[in-house]
Amino acid sequence: MQLTEKHKQYWNINLKISSVLLVLWFVVTFVMGWFARELNEINIIGPLGFYMSAQGSLIIYVAIIWYYAHYMNNLDKEYGVHEGELD
Amino acid sequence: MSAITQSQFAANLKRYYSFYTGGFVAFVIVVGILEQLGVPSKILGYIFLFATIMLYAGIGFMSKTADVGEYYVAGRRVPALFNGMATGADWMSAASFIGMAGTLYLSGYDGLAFVLGWTGGYCLVAILLAPYLRKFGQFTIPDFLGARFGGHLPRFIGVIAAITCSFTYVIAQIYGVGIITSRFTGLEFQVGVFVGLTGILVCSFLGGMKAVTWTQVAQYIILIVAYMIPVVWLSVKHTGIPIPQISAYTSALPKITALENEFNDKASPKGAKEESVRAIFRERAAAGTAKLAGLEKDGPAFLTAEKQKLVDKAAALRAATDPAADPKAIDAAEKAVKAFPADAAAAKKAWTAEKGLGARGGALKHHAEAFASAGKTPEEIDKNRGKAKKNFLALIMCLMVGTAALPHILMRYYTTPSVHEARVSVFWGLFFIFLLYFTAPALAILAKYEVYSNLVGSSFASLPAWVSNWSVVDKTLMNIADINGDGIVQLAEVVIGGDLIVLATPEIAGLPYVISGLVAAGGLAAALSTADGLLLTIANAMSHDLYYKMIDPNASTVRRLAVSKGLLLVVAVIAAYVTSLKPGDILFLVGAAFSLAASGFFPALVCGVFWKRANWLGAVIGMAAGLGICAYYMYITYPFFGVNAPLWWDINPISAGTFGIPAGFIGIIIGSLISPAPNKDIQDLVDHVRYPNLESDIDTRGV
Repeated sequence: MQLTEKHKQYWNINLKISSVLLVLWFVVTFVMGWFARELNEINIIGPLGFYMSAQGSLIIYVAIIWYYAHYMNNLDKEYGVHEGELD
Repeated sequence: MSAITQSQFAANLKRYYSFYTGGFVAFVIVVGILEQLGVPSKILGYIFLFATIMLYAGIGFMSKTADVGEYYVAGRRVPALFNGMATGADWMSAASFIGMAGTLYLSGYDGLAFVLGWTGGYCLVAILLAPYLRKFGQFTIPDFLGARFGGHLPRFIGVIAAITCSFTYVIAQIYGVGIITSRFTGLEFQVGVFVGLTGILVCSFLGGMKAVTWTQVAQYIILIVAYMIPVVWLSVKHTGIPIPQISAYTSALPKITALENEFNDKASPKGAKEESVRAIFRERAAAGTAKLAGLEKDGPAFLTAEKQKLVDKAAALRAATDPAADPKAIDAAEKAVKAFPADAAAAKKAWTAEKGLGARGGALKHHAEAFASAGKTPEEIDKNRGKAKKNFLALIMCLMVGTAALPHILMRYYTTPSVHEARVSVFWGLFFIFLLYFTAPALAILAKYEVYSNLVGSSFASLPAWVSNWSVVDKTLMNIADINGDGIVQLAEVVIGGDLIVLATPEIAGLPYVISGLVAAGGLAAALSTADGLLLTIANAMSHDLYYKMIDPNASTVRRLAVSKGLLLVVAVIAAYVTSLKPGDILFLVGAAFSLAASGFFPALVCGVFWKRANWLGAVIGMAAGLGICAYYMYITYPFFGVNAPLWWDINPISAGTFGIPAGFIGIIIGSLISPAPNKDIQDLVDHVRYPNLESDIDTRGV
């Protein structure tokens, strides 16, 4: 199986978008968790640290996964590695 | 395979499940009418239990199959939306449905580790694993390990890991089934376990993954409806807003904070009363501590002396004539003599319990406060806070990585028609899970508001109905006593068990019993669906990986399915038997399953996709080291095993994966680098899983 330059490019873009989204995931989970007490000093929709862990971060997780699926679907088509129609 | 196209198939499914949902709503209404006609609630409980189990049995029967692809991966044509619902039901267990809101009620911010850990892990599933496993597309997770790393050993370690973590987890599920059936029907716990077992087997026995998938979709619909109705109602009752996820933060939480301040302020009327109760607890704790010390020092002599004091006191009261002692006081003194512990062991137990009451003598922790900690000096408080924070984050990490490594979840992504659908189905999966998980913190807040504002301050003569009902049903769920004797409820006089929150919400919200039955049906659906997925994973690991791939690769299809179904039955019975012995702490079992999966699978799976250089030796060392370190740490630190070694960096045993995961990665890296790179075929396999579609692609689908 021989991969072309284009294939390698596809994989690199995938790695890049994956890393960016995982950094975002890390920040809303662990960085915000670490500073929860400090964030609680800020009061928007209740104490911010509490709100983020109870609801805000969850919304961001759902968005991350939606964005990844959407982005990769387009990337597959752009690089010609998408699957054929099923039926 | 039928002749209809995938889009027609999806359209049919939408129609079927819309009818089904409508039918279920109609069923609930009919039961509601029966209740109004005066049918007793115990009968209604039975109706819910048996109607839903029959329903799952019906779906299971209609999905019976003799086709290997249908049995193991539901024919690989489950549309993303439905795979998402099935994932949601597969994922959300009795612990999520019944326990989660209660944990949040009791521990406030610190309980959110579970909410974050059990949702955020899907980001790892979506980005690091699901699409690649779908492209690989065989039947089990050990299949991937076997093909990617070559040889039987990685597959075998995978089988061991899959069985260990799934079995630990399934015990917790069957336990939940037993509790729910026994609570709502009055059956014995052990009988409840076996009734539940029947419910589990009818879903999976005839149709394997195909039957499990379609029952899980049905179960998801029931569980989400059952969870939402009471919470929405409660939100309307308290705030007038039907969206609890908003009203809890904007309306209820500020009021709770104000009440918390009042309860902690000794100068305010409510605070003064709270303080009087807390003072009693502190005195009792101090007395208990003193007695324990006396017992330690003088042994049985101390016990006799203490008893003599009580006897003398009772005698003095009886003898008093001028003025005569209050008959109640005499009564109490005589009771104290009778209740006095008979021997040193009983005394130690009783006084240790008294000493423990000190915990109820402390100030109230704010619901939103993160990492609250106690200590004698500011330095000690800071140190304890650091520990709490570290354990909070470590637990989140173990739960997240474990999510991305539990085989019964990863297996679901083999069932979608394509890589693209696999990605989208992770989105739907998390979305459906999110619906429940972002409601649970709101429910905890609303329930707390109810307790703080309505229960506290009411008189013991006229307690709210739900409080008196539940305190009769189960003291561990609702324990309330007039400690300071003022006839009014203070917060410090109430002890609530976590599971109460979800179970009692319908009554708190003033809904009829039919909704309580619905909640029980929802909890049962949550526990059954998870148990199904887990049992199937265990049976498949043994029948497919161990028997077919390693022992008899020439076995016929009929024989493979027969072995698989036979094993399913055996494993289910063993699991139910172990559960009926009531082993250990449920939360710990769940945590252990996550840590084990995270340490055993995650490093090997991720390196298998993202690092071509990873090879056989690396996988073997990495998986063995990860599992080994994780299991070893739990063994030496979890009190159940009795070793009680000091903790490493203060990390609690539930988060043993904190050490297992890095050990797994280090093992893979070292093992791979000291041995030759994998051959061309395996490198081609890695390229194959990385691209959804390649020209001149190899085919790994098997069978």
